[in-house]
Amino acid sequence: MAILVDKTTRLLVQGITGREGEFHARQMLEYGTQVVAGVTPGKGGQWACDGRVPVFDTVLEAVQQTEANTSVIYVPARFAPDAILEAADAGIPLIVCVTEGIPTLDMIRVCAYLAQTGTRLIGPNCPGLLTPGEAKVGIMPGHIATPGPVGVVSRSGTLTYEIVYALTACGIGQTTCVGIGGDPIVGTNFVDVLELFEHDPCTEHVVLIGEIGGNDEELAARFIATQMTKPVTAFIAGRTAPPGKRMGHAGAIIEGGSGTAAEKIAALEAAGVQVAAHPEQIPQLVTRAS
Amino acid sequence: MKLHEYQSKQLFASYGVPIPQGQLASTPDEACRAAGELGYPVVIKAQVLVGGRGKAGGIRLAQTPAEAAEAAEAILSLRIKDLPVRKVLVDQAARIRSELYLGLVVDRANRQLVMMASSEGGVEIEEIARIKPQAIHKVSLNPFLGLRDYHALTLAKAIGLGAEHMRAFSQIARGLYEAFTHWDASLAEINPLAVTESGELLALDGKMVLDDNALFRHPELESWRDVDEETPAEREARLAGLSYVQLDGDIGCMVNGAGLAMATMDVIKHFGGAPANFLDIGGGARAERVATALRLLLADAHVRVVLFNIFGGITRCDEVARGIVAALEEVQPTVPMVARLVGTNEQEGREILLASGYHLITAATLEEAARKAVAAARGEAGG
Repeated sequence: MAILVDKTTRLLVQGITGREGEFHARQMLEYGTQVVAGVTPGKGGQWACDGRVPVFDTVLEAVQQTEANTSVIYVPARFAPDAILEAADAGIPLIVCVTEGIPTLDMIRVCAYLAQTGTRLIGPNCPGLLTPGEAKVGIMPGHIATPGPVGVVSRSGTLTYEIVYALTACGIGQTTCVGIGGDPIVGTNFVDVLELFEHDPCTEHVVLIGEIGGNDEELAARFIATQMTKPVTAFIAGRTAPPGKRMGHAGAIIEGGSGTAAEKIAALEAAGVQVAAHPEQIPQLVTRAS
Repeated sequence: MKLHEYQSKQLFASYGVPIPQGQLASTPDEACRAAGELGYPVVIKAQVLVGGRGKAGGIRLAQTPAEAAEAAEAILSLRIKDLPVRKVLVDQAARIRSELYLGLVVDRANRQLVMMASSEGGVEIEEIARIKPQAIHKVSLNPFLGLRDYHALTLAKAIGLGAEHMRAFSQIARGLYEAFTHWDASLAEINPLAVTESGELLALDGKMVLDDNALFRHPELESWRDVDEETPAEREARLAGLSYVQLDGDIGCMVNGAGLAMATMDVIKHFGGAPANFLDIGGGARAERVATALRLLLADAHVRVVLFNIFGGITRCDEVARGIVAALEEVQPTVPMVARLVGTNEQEGREILLASGYHLITAATLEEAARKAVAAARGEAGG
């Protein structure tokens, strides 16, 4: 058991003939993910990844012919909003958008539309999903993770890998690793994923990796305090970040004095979450709480 | 990208928002001439991209040419929060009865735009939120419907405007909304929105921040970018596709990934050091990008040690190591360097660094790397 993706995931790759799309489609196939289709407009009828994956012109055709139930998007930022909407309209219930750099106002419209169709979007600007030993959707390196009882949710990419790697090195495996993305507007936030982990019978402990900007960590703290029974351990990146400067991610910026690491850490600690002083403390804190 | 007050007000005005008559000046003479044309009294305002201009002496009233010259000269010689004042805006002074606040922001949690208004204008919205949160009124805007007249009327009523101001307020709210959505802003504020003694509404100040991810739709705004918003190094980094923010410490950091880069800075601080920068070299490991990054780090005279923290995921450590070696050959740094490479092909990566002949202090964990960098910055011998 895991959340969002597993052995039954039938994956569609939007942008499969692009450099990123093809590379990661291969990585996902190698990991054992069922990659059943690709979409690139104008390249329908071709085969990608050495003839292993059929390519379609539209998501609708791909869904009709392959019963894909999850889509991952690697198309450039200016085409990505359309790609998300197309997948939603074709009835795909779970969309993972890896693409970075989509304008915020575009994402506000996309999310408003997805709220009507009931589609779940992970990202954009996210590393995707990894259920160790079952399926990998996105760009996370598969070999750093191992099956086990810890659910991981994060706004970051390589920092997530760092912490998952540290857990694995200490013999602590994961149910599913979820990268929700570093943009101001993302389809799925911490609370959504915490709720999924809370209801997942295999997840015993949750690791939350936040960063400066916005108040998603504060909302997560409130949810943990009131609705979670499972222990949560956290790390918040950006204690040393100066206000007003965007720290790489479009969402990682301290604005008007809010969104600081100190506020987030205080909120999480008040909710009973153990907050690590640095990422490598996480395995130790998880062990202590279990 | 942040816009100056004069730029923001110019955009707002093009959507029907009333603003005072004003002119931009970059010398005391120009300011005087502008004031003469506009008519006294005038307000002379520093154009810098930071808050707190008033407290820093960057906003002054002038009743006479002598006062205008003196004020402009004083303001143009200021540095406000370390930024030089290169231009002043000379505005006709308004006779103010009361000051309101009107702003439009992105509500991340609800994934919508929110328009906010308050009767307590003239101070920063964060300050109002702290001292009198009940004075801030908000409406959430569905992206498919946009701002409707009733939204504006609801806000107008909530902040105590009388019937005589409803139309003008609606028009201003609509102008702000249209400017925001057309130019892909992430923040637009009119503060204060003044009610003048003659009963008009007037946007005395304007602030706008644009979404960097949407600038490709507005290439004409590139020339509006203020060179002082970023340091020369930050500018070079942006053009090279690197995320770089200069800080005031002495440990230069080169990391792949924004979250990990922030975490690396935090760990350095945790172990008693001070990061000189935030630097995300992004995915991939092309040598020229690593070299640009290394040149930028070393151009900062405060940097006493460089810390490489690379987590190899899809990016392989051996590729990054080759990038680092190529960069070292090009840049020939003289400061000590600490390298931590973990993840995919970490062993090969370490061997490449070792074989290069450059003296790199190696570390297995982030904690060890940070401790060694801190020690090296203090001039202690590292391992």
